[in-house]
Amino acid sequence: MKICVLVKEVPDAAVEKRINASTGRMDRSGEKNLNPYDTHAIEAAMQLREGGAVEVDEIVAVTMGPESAVRALHKAVSLGADRSLHLSDESLAGSDVAATGYALAKALEKESPDLVLLGQQSDDGECYTIGAVVADHLKMPSLTQVIKLDIEEGALRLERQAEYGYDTVKVRFPAVISVGDAINEPRYPSLKAIMGAKKKPLENVTAGDVGIDASLVGAEGSRVQCGEFHAPAAKAAGQIIEDEDTNDTVEKIVAWLDERKLI
Amino acid sequence: MSDVLIYVLHYEGAFNKNSLGAISEGAARAAEIGGEAHAVVVGGADLTDELCKTLGAYGAKKVFRAKGPEGLAQPVVDVMDKVISENGQSYAIFGGGLLGFEIGAGLAARKQAGVTMEVTEIKADGGKLVAHRPILGDSQISVSRYQGDLGIIIGRINAFELRQSGGEAEVVDVEIEYSAFTNQAEMISRGEQRGADVDIEGADILVAGGRGLGKAEGFELCEQLAGAFNNAAVAATRAVVDAGWYPYAAQIGQTGKTVSPKLYLAAGISGAIQHKVGMQSSENIVAINKDKNAPIFEFADLGIVGDLNKILPKLTEAIKAKKGA
Repeated sequence: MKICVLVKEVPDAAVEKRINASTGRMDRSGEKNLNPYDTHAIEAAMQLREGGAVEVDEIVAVTMGPESAVRALHKAVSLGADRSLHLSDESLAGSDVAATGYALAKALEKESPDLVLLGQQSDDGECYTIGAVVADHLKMPSLTQVIKLDIEEGALRLERQAEYGYDTVKVRFPAVISVGDAINEPRYPSLKAIMGAKKKPLENVTAGDVGIDASLVGAEGSRVQCGEFHAPAAKAAGQIIEDEDTNDTVEKIVAWLDERKLI
Repeated sequence: MSDVLIYVLHYEGAFNKNSLGAISEGAARAAEIGGEAHAVVVGGADLTDELCKTLGAYGAKKVFRAKGPEGLAQPVVDVMDKVISENGQSYAIFGGGLLGFEIGAGLAARKQAGVTMEVTEIKADGGKLVAHRPILGDSQISVSRYQGDLGIIIGRINAFELRQSGGEAEVVDVEIEYSAFTNQAEMISRGEQRGADVDIEGADILVAGGRGLGKAEGFELCEQLAGAFNNAAVAATRAVVDAGWYPYAAQIGQTGKTVSPKLYLAAGISGAIQHKVGMQSSENIVAINKDKNAPIFEFADLGIVGDLNKILPKLTEAIKAKKGA
């Protein structure tokens, strides 16, 4: 079985995110990191390999992004992926969710994986949707926000929380599955794995290499135009207390509650 | 023609409130661009003519009904693809929730359409619909405009108000042959309730706990505090429910309950959007978190930066003392 894990480089959570006023896109400069949700997808792939219910021949990390996105791939292989594929092309810049999913699906077609895993959302764009877009292009069944993944009788047995409680779904391979952060505790990479990450095979491909139709990607090919922004209706800022003396803090909370007749 | 098609989720013979809100919103906006609102439902025998016609009360003129598996996205993508191909609706609208995200995204791929999620407002502008989406921790609103034949709008839960305008919808049956890959997924069990059946909706005060409690036992602090108030209950975030620390019935947020108590006291909760959508209409929000950058401080009325293990027990005692005074 071949597993492809979709990964993404995102701004470090500690860095304040903002929109670049001249391009209308997320400012992705500054400190970057592997999307933390993706580490759960890599861990899920590793646990499948180690679990022994299926023979996992290869785990391939796949990303789309500028040159700098290679760092997310290095992190992914340090966490256990065997090699990585980097789709990078000027023509892809500014792609919306639908265009990005299409481009990733074309890159994945080249690998013909039995299973595509990804994190439930990216830390920056907060979309939960890329898995479903990729799945429809690849004509594979799909489920998102999965918190338990097992192999049973050669198929996936998946659990997730949906609108009315917990659902259990059986999905046959090949499939596209996005995992929630409750699925596992990702391991920390060993120093040896970090040092060795750059030596693992990395393939660079362009949009043309994987047969992407240029009219369907980039800002031009995207069907959603979002270059306008405005501030939301302002909400009065709340009061903040830094707890230094807890007795004093508690007294203030009680007074605040009492004033509003909540006690 | 500028009709809109709204997906309506149902469970055990009842329609989802967010879907009904999406019909109300879709009907109002469709009227502004010279179109009608149509609903689409996929399921079994519980989708009777009588039940489907009731969607007319929220503004749907037609209800497209297909037989198919419930609780999965891809069957609905197949149905909506067919309905839109045959009837030419210009927009597809979802009331939000996990299935709405999946169906909307799958449909965007199928129809090469643009999609916007977490939409809190839809506006008509020059005969077209535009979607307003809060981004960057709700600090800015991004405006989406659509190109092509179809625009897909996935609402944030509780964004669209439910309005009854009266009327009865025409029910149209859709014959559908599902895609081969759609049939590769099968629902084994749906809607399982995990943990005790606790009632939080009737409480005036909710003390909610999140991952910051550190361990399941941390909920004892929340329960003691709730016990000190009158008519208070304990609620939880998705993360701790998934971890098995607290029952699903007490969960607030996107795949849990929506509440608006007089006081919502959040302990060790960061305030992610998925949680915020379930409690932001609470009358008073108090947050205790040791991370001063936690998003919850952006919308709390009173925020305390500190260690909940130190603060909660003392607060419990102080409230008891105050009531006794």
